[in-house]
Amino acid sequence: MPDCGGRSVGWAQSKMVAVQVIVGGLLLGAIYALFSSGLTLIWGMMNFINFAHGEFVMLGMYAALMVVVWVGGGPAIFAIAAAVALGALGVAIYFSLIREVIRGPMLAQILSTFGLALLLRYTAFWIFSANFVSLPQNALSGTVNLAGIYLPIAQLVAGVVAVTLTVALHLLLTRTTVGSRLLAVAEDRTAAMLMGIRPDRMQALAWGLSAGAAGIAGALMATSYPWSPSVGETFGLIAFVVVALGGFGSVLGSLYAGLIIGLIQAASAFWLGAIYKDIVVYGLFVALLWLRPQGLMGKA
Amino acid sequence: MCVVLLAAALLLFPVVFSGAFARDIGVAFLLAAISASAWNIVGGYAGQVSVGHSMFFGLGAYAPLLFYTLFGWSPIAGIPIGIVLSIALAVVIGLPTFRLSGHYFSMATIAVAELIRIFVGTWDFVGAAVGLQGPATARGWWDLTFRSELPYYYIFLAVLGIVLATTAFIERRRFGFYLRAIKSSERAARSLGVPVRRTKMQALALSAAFTSVAGSLYAAKTGFIDPDSGFGILVSVQMVIVAALGGAGMLFGPLVGALILIPLQIASNSWFGGGGSGLTYILYGGIIVLIARFEPGGLFELWYRLVPERWRRAYAA
Repeated sequence: MPDCGGRSVGWAQSKMVAVQVIVGGLLLGAIYALFSSGLTLIWGMMNFINFAHGEFVMLGMYAALMVVVWVGGGPAIFAIAAAVALGALGVAIYFSLIREVIRGPMLAQILSTFGLALLLRYTAFWIFSANFVSLPQNALSGTVNLAGIYLPIAQLVAGVVAVTLTVALHLLLTRTTVGSRLLAVAEDRTAAMLMGIRPDRMQALAWGLSAGAAGIAGALMATSYPWSPSVGETFGLIAFVVVALGGFGSVLGSLYAGLIIGLIQAASAFWLGAIYKDIVVYGLFVALLWLRPQGLMGKA
Repeated sequence: MCVVLLAAALLLFPVVFSGAFARDIGVAFLLAAISASAWNIVGGYAGQVSVGHSMFFGLGAYAPLLFYTLFGWSPIAGIPIGIVLSIALAVVIGLPTFRLSGHYFSMATIAVAELIRIFVGTWDFVGAAVGLQGPATARGWWDLTFRSELPYYYIFLAVLGIVLATTAFIERRRFGFYLRAIKSSERAARSLGVPVRRTKMQALALSAAFTSVAGSLYAAKTGFIDPDSGFGILVSVQMVIVAALGGAGMLFGPLVGALILIPLQIASNSWFGGGGSGLTYILYGGIIVLIARFEPGGLFELWYRLVPERWRRAYAA
């Protein structure tokens, strides 16, 4: 490059772009952390992997859209509506399906939510079609300039809310009576029962919290990204990778891991190309299997 | 006796039903039965539920067509290469995950299958998203490219025979007892001296090898492969549902499952039209959930439970 001045401007610009990519990745990662904390909660409670978790996120996105279109209202309303709707679905699925299969063989446990994922995914394809949709203009549209970094308001708000909720879930589990009851059931179902805790209610609550977290994460993500029914599969796999990195059963672990995965994904999409971002993340999963199967903060 | 009747029925099927459509269904049935029987070894007998078996199917499907495209080799030469690659991949996945809970293995299989699918879709060497094509016209029988369905039918039937005979052989050996012991309680099996990890690894490798052969047969028959038809999640779904519907861990479970599911699939595709394959998968999802919830043993177990009861009632009356 002949022009030194141009190069220094280019360097400053690329530095800004790098910061922008990093911040964007962390904000998306915060949402990954939120829905992954739901998956890790169920694992911690009952040693059970929910293969339909990504579909819960996808349904949260459509729930937000339906609320906006049919009822109206701002982001707070549709986000809470999506959380409540998915939470209710989670509780219903616990009582109708999970409570029975958890006593059954491994095959039944895995096939139950795997079949559920297919059922939800293809029903969504059937109802909503495979076309990408996005939320109409809302209070979060527009961008904000933070010290030279331009950020969509929606991403910023969604990221902050997601981190807050994930921390709140962690505090709920570690600092409150309800949290102690949940952990007591996870530790020893029978002993918890003898202490006057109803395990069924606690596990149903865990499913409600888990699916509710997925639902609100979906609604938050819907404010800034277009989606189709196929995103459920991707989010489900991302949640696996986040939980594998953060450690099974650790909400705090999934917070750190979600941020890391968001960052890695944004960086690889930017510097390697968009098609490689999932390859890098899933490749990381295989590497984790070999190197540190218990994750950053997990117990094996 | 039953086995002889079954073999006779399968051998005579294309003779009795000589229409192209019936033979096409017959070939589809055999392919589904082969891959589900292969899945059954690790998923049914050992109870290690893989939901990403498409990775072995896809390797088996890609290998023959890749070496045909590169060097003009006969697809037959690619089959052992697919088997070797599949066993290697089985080791890569099995070694780390078989130390952990069974859920971890399932999660790893689906993630790795998806990783490979996306990767193959971006890799020009293997045709990227477009895929690979086989021989358009056969240079000889060794190209496995026939105009009629009949040679495919009997080749597939022979392979199904080999897979089922191997499974039946295993069932009665010490290895088969190890597998069932691991399935019912890994901890108990280990404490009785069963080499748990090695046994699971061997079951996965064997299952991967047979699944790879099923993929090679599919590629030879269709003469074409792309990332979705090789490594797509629906390929894995079909193996799981066919085996689980009939009865996972039962020798003839996959046969019963395929007998019900393949006609159902063809019927629902024609009822709902070309765009209706989504409805077929809604149906699949529903069936899988119902099996898991009400009858994890599949139709075979249902049959064993219901039929003697009726007999008892008949004799009592």
